Amino acid sequence: MDEQGAPQPEIIRRHSLAVRLTHWINVLCLALLLMSGLAIFNAHPLLYWGHTGHRGMPFLLGIGSKTDNGRAVGITRIADVDFDTTGVLGVSYDADGRALRRAFPPWLTLPSNAGLALARDWHFLLAWLFVLNGAVYLGFGLLSGHVRRNLLPGVDQLRVRHIAGVIWNHMRLRFPRGEADRRYNVLQKFAYLLVVFGLLPVMVLSGLTMSPAVTAAAPILFDLFGGRQSARTIHFVTANLLVLFVLVHILQVLLAGAFNRMRAMITGRYVIRPERTP
Amino acid sequence: MKRLSRRKLLTAGAATAGSALLTGCDDVASAPPFRAALDLGEMLSMRLQRLLLARQPLVREYAAELISPDFPPNGTEMPAGFAYFELMISQFARWRLTVDGLVDNPLSLSLDELKAMPARTQVTQHNCDEGWTAIGQWTGVPLAQLLRQAGLKQEARYIVFHCLDEMVRAPDRSGFYYESIDLFDAFHAQTILAYEMNGNALPVRHGAPLRLRVERHVGYKHAKFITRIEAVERLDRIGRGKGGFWEDRGYQWYGGI
Repeated sequence: MDEQGAPQPEIIRRHSLAVRLTHWINVLCLALLLMSGLAIFNAHPLLYWGHTGHRGMPFLLGIGSKTDNGRAVGITRIADVDFDTTGVLGVSYDADGRALRRAFPPWLTLPSNAGLALARDWHFLLAWLFVLNGAVYLGFGLLSGHVRRNLLPGVDQLRVRHIAGVIWNHMRLRFPRGEADRRYNVLQKFAYLLVVFGLLPVMVLSGLTMSPAVTAAAPILFDLFGGRQSARTIHFVTANLLVLFVLVHILQVLLAGAFNRMRAMITGRYVIRPERTP
Repeated sequence: MKRLSRRKLLTAGAATAGSALLTGCDDVASAPPFRAALDLGEMLSMRLQRLLLARQPLVREYAAELISPDFPPNGTEMPAGFAYFELMISQFARWRLTVDGLVDNPLSLSLDELKAMPARTQVTQHNCDEGWTAIGQWTGVPLAQLLRQAGLKQEARYIVFHCLDEMVRAPDRSGFYYESIDLFDAFHAQTILAYEMNGNALPVRHGAPLRLRVERHVGYKHAKFITRIEAVERLDRIGRGKGGFWEDRGYQWYGGI
């Protein structure tokens, strides 16, 4: 409040340097891990359950192509139901408009020709960067109190009434101002906790379960996921959930004020808009 | 005003980074520093996995009911050329396995002589680097036993498997499949030279008469149609120098992932 009593925007320090740095390294890692992962998937675009899975066996999800009147048609089969996904999945087009019969299109894979050797090189190098970056984030988050102070919901945020109110505000696209904007809202906290302590660890562990050397050292991973093919399927599904999270995350940033939030994640400074005066 | 220019800068920066990310990675990967970074990733993975495996645990072995009835062949299904055809129709009676290189007693063994040696049978999972898996039962001679019989020289560090399948026709015979492992894997209890699969003679499409099972590695390390085992100190003078047919074409030598 200034002398006249009119509410003024206030600038706070929103994100610590460690959070900002690890956030952007993570953006790079997840983007490239996703693209190289899709290239690896293209080498065998079928997902199974259990220990074994190969061509000729029943599968949960498969991306392929067929020829219909001389035209290449992309087919995505999920639990025996076929979807025509020509243009994106199964059949996509190169720069000259030629049909490519591959599961994920070149613009989504690293390398763009989906070469398996290079895709594996990228994936396993970035996995190292991702894990080390994640370890720095977790170490900082737990020791500095970032997780406890900023990610764990406050007691008041856990009341059903409060949660219902936050959901209602989300539905009306009303974003918090003033005091309420000094901390993450409760749905945001749930989402971050789920990603940091749920989805990302599942990605690492299910990924490790695909390594025959790692499972030789830790066969318990087979029991944790129900087999190597189950782990592969869980790895793929969890990657999709992460993509969904990122899409919602970006949408929220855009809706809630892209400039202020991007600045906060880059410079740390964030403007708290004053409460609306009644 | 200041805010606007900064916004422009951010947008321009993000756009540049984005397009570099999308289009640049293919080119970037072949640049020497990035190639070195990618190789660093392989080295880190191998070092860490070797630490985890220091006590040489066995990989999981499965119950016979879990054997895949329709195990897909990996790589060559039948070597081309008359030489292999001749061996095949004689049921490999004239096939011999040579063990040479840095050994004290080079060996030349017939299939029957191999079968007379103490054998190991294991039901294990095969993991293709493409992502598919299948379970098979393998019977064969532990590689460690052959190597002890041949007597490895001090300098020997790698075991190279020379194969009968020619992947690429080349006048200098450089197109034949080959693979290599180091002594850490060569002396693992489950590293065997298999001549039987699922209780029958090893089928041609799975590498008859003899293939490698090196269970902590992905499929392409499991050389098929083996004719010669060579102990060497270094790999750079064999093939194109990367330690295997696929390694010479960009695949990682370490196949533990």
